[in-house]
Amino acid sequence: MNMDRREFLKGAGALVVSFTIPELGSAQQADPKLQQLDAWLAVGADGQVTVFCGKVELGTGVQTALAQIVAEELDVAFARVFMLMGDTALCPNQGPTVGSQTVYRAGPQLRQAAAEARKTLLEMAAAGFKVEAAQLKVVDGIVSAPEGGNVSYAELVGGKKIDRAFSGSARPKSPDQHTVVGKPIPRVELPAKVFGTHVYIQNLRMPGMLHGRVVRPPMPEARLDGVDEASVKSLPGDVRVVVKGNFVGVVADREEQAIRAARALKVRWTQAVELPKMEDMPAFTRGTPGRPRVLATSGDVEAALSGTAKSLRAQYYVPHQMHGSIGASCAVASVTPEGATLWSPTQSSFNLRDAVALVLGMPRDKVRLVWIEGSGCYGHNGADDVTADAALMSQAVGRPVRVQWMRHDEHGNEPKGAAMVMEVAGALDPRGNVAAWDYQVWSPGHAGRPAANGPGNTLAGAQLGLPDNLAPAGADRNARPTYVFPNSRVRLHLLQSTVLRVSSLRGLGSPQNTFANESFIDELAHAAGADPIEYRIRHLKDERAIAVLESVAKLAQWSPRPAPRGGRDAGPAHGRGVAFVHYDNYSGYVAIALQVRVERATGKVSVERVAAAHDCGLIVNPDGLRNQIEGNIVQTLSRALLEEVKFDTEKVTSIDWQRYPILRFSDVPEDIAITLINRPDKPSVGAGEPAAAPVMAAVANAIFDATGVRLRSVPFSAERVKAALA
Amino acid sequence: MTAITVNGRRHEVAAAPDTPLLYVLRNELALNGPKFGCGLAQCGACTVHIDGKPARSCSVPVSAVKGSVTTIEGLGTPDKPHPVQAAFVAEQAAQCGYCINGMIMTASAFLAQNPKPTEQQIRAALDGNLCRCGTHMRILRAVRRAASEIAS
Repeated sequence: MNMDRREFLKGAGALVVSFTIPELGSAQQADPKLQQLDAWLAVGADGQVTVFCGKVELGTGVQTALAQIVAEELDVAFARVFMLMGDTALCPNQGPTVGSQTVYRAGPQLRQAAAEARKTLLEMAAAGFKVEAAQLKVVDGIVSAPEGGNVSYAELVGGKKIDRAFSGSARPKSPDQHTVVGKPIPRVELPAKVFGTHVYIQNLRMPGMLHGRVVRPPMPEARLDGVDEASVKSLPGDVRVVVKGNFVGVVADREEQAIRAARALKVRWTQAVELPKMEDMPAFTRGTPGRPRVLATSGDVEAALSGTAKSLRAQYYVPHQMHGSIGASCAVASVTPEGATLWSPTQSSFNLRDAVALVLGMPRDKVRLVWIEGSGCYGHNGADDVTADAALMSQAVGRPVRVQWMRHDEHGNEPKGAAMVMEVAGALDPRGNVAAWDYQVWSPGHAGRPAANGPGNTLAGAQLGLPDNLAPAGADRNARPTYVFPNSRVRLHLLQSTVLRVSSLRGLGSPQNTFANESFIDELAHAAGADPIEYRIRHLKDERAIAVLESVAKLAQWSPRPAPRGGRDAGPAHGRGVAFVHYDNYSGYVAIALQVRVERATGKVSVERVAAAHDCGLIVNPDGLRNQIEGNIVQTLSRALLEEVKFDTEKVTSIDWQRYPILRFSDVPEDIAITLINRPDKPSVGAGEPAAAPVMAAVANAIFDATGVRLRSVPFSAERVKAALA
Repeated sequence: MTAITVNGRRHEVAAAPDTPLLYVLRNELALNGPKFGCGLAQCGACTVHIDGKPARSCSVPVSAVKGSVTTIEGLGTPDKPHPVQAAFVAEQAAQCGYCINGMIMTASAFLAQNPKPTEQQIRAALDGNLCRCGTHMRILRAVRRAASEIAS
């Protein structure tokens, strides 16, 4: 089972292109392992191209986009490319699949590998034909000589194994030569999803496999006081109770038997923490001890703030929100004293392998993680936790164990998106321009992913007392404005503790920071009596930023609105709002304009129409890109209008879909119009997250336009809007 | 032994009578189309047809199944797709795809009852099915496309 890459490739003839990962190579020269060459792709004797990819498919379509890049550079039909993703024994470690960075980072690596392979194959063909390689033409892996004669890639490889180390001299195509990149190629795996045959992790079954379920305390920090094994003794299915440290699980022959046993098992816990009251959360968050850090500063903010007649100050709040994957997290593990294989839908094959090895007390080279697609995750959901759960239970019972969380496990225990408070103060000069901008954000880190330095970032690891590690990443994402102000300051208070377990939720701190930044610029525009789009553009220097705003104004047929149109009459109010982001200050540019309808009597907000302009550099697959933009918008509308993780003093109470409602079909917009701005001369920076960032602010700004009332706390629930309008 | 008819075939199943149909379909019959989402009949990922009507298989005990069960595997295949499946492929109406079984099973049962629906009726029919990727706009386009295919 623990076949390594080289053994895998030994089997058949293949051209194998290998090179080190550039960005790791330079930063970590000291690690000799990183100097080893990794195989990136193989051209088989049957003409199939296998790409070994450390990144994985999370439902965003990167499997298709990356295959397009390889097909393009190799000059083979798209259908010949097979992506083998996320297997620690076979794939290079390209880092976790996160941050809207898959096409951005893995794309150039695979493009280069494919260009190297093509160059090698052409050199081989040129030698055979006794011509210059530059004279050869390639169509779908068939190389043609100028004087006639063809040879296929498969024939060139000829069943032999040909190793080629990265030469660095192969030039990828220029974008004007692209015939596959830029095309709306249908998703590779989509038909199987539509016919019910796609292989999800939840479908995996193997001989001798047992079913496990976890039994978790109300809060993960709780101490286990006792387990009454007799409470499940009489149940069918050869029920075994697994207890290790504070971890408790049950294993049974059949799935329904494990579920019944988990429900029946009597466990006593001592609660270790008391949660604050939910209504106190903004103040509690601001009062949490934090490490202050100045992220950016220019001019003299204090002087500019105190020296102007017109200044504003506002505080914004976004609560804990959840990933809410539709499929409960699932994993299968087979652990023996000799080694372990984990089948997991993780975003982080290599890091999770390292963490679970520590949970199991095994050297990591004895552990293989095989990635299999799961339900969409939108960040760090329960996938990693359940993998450690399955590993621990398999180790205890000595058989392969499949563990699937129940809905209350997923809602209750997945790591949450962090609650954040933002405060902005601003001042206007006599012409109404921004004279000072003083931004502060209170947020914990958003990166609680398991790795070798944080095996306790899995729930099972934490229950064994292993160390955890919440990295600061994400708290500052889009805290710095793209606008250019004469005096500005951006400060982060990096919180040292959290109320709930938190980790990466789509966009990390960006939707929250963008909510504050893009609401406040709107507040200043209003104070200046300016149209919010014109006012934004007035403060921008970046041409691509200006272009998305101008583009969305056109798409939405925006008419200037220097003042809110909200009247006080009884009927439903309509309003329009705009917001912009330069995602993570380096990635994609997005502007969103949308129209809301506000029912004054009930406070219900409906988003009727959305327009988005999106620039993420060179477009690889325009239809896949639209799918991502639509998804980002609808999901974040749900976060903006409805979502808040609720808890009492002891536990999370949002443990199912009734207690954590998300947007339904009757409430999604009538239309989402999208303008794609293609920039063939710019890197493809990814589209998995950028369009999520401006949505909350666009809705708040539209509600203000409709009603004249400013909402500064997410979600804009009917109850909250009604109270604000009263 | 409980017996059920699934996709036109009769099966004797070993599961205890109170076992939800979903676990029998998946674990005994290896029909992986219906998915476990919540086990509470809240999300729709487990939807199958029983005598043509949509049912939440996570919450129906296998012993209570009297009618004929159709899963998405029995609805259509790549060679002979149901119009709703063909429309989902044509509109590329999936992201992670985990909810898509429920969308297709709910929409196909609905269109069989109401082949010329209004936009509002389509939305109302799908309202009990949750999608987290935010693929709603495409799913709606696919159902509209299927409706016009069926009507023509």
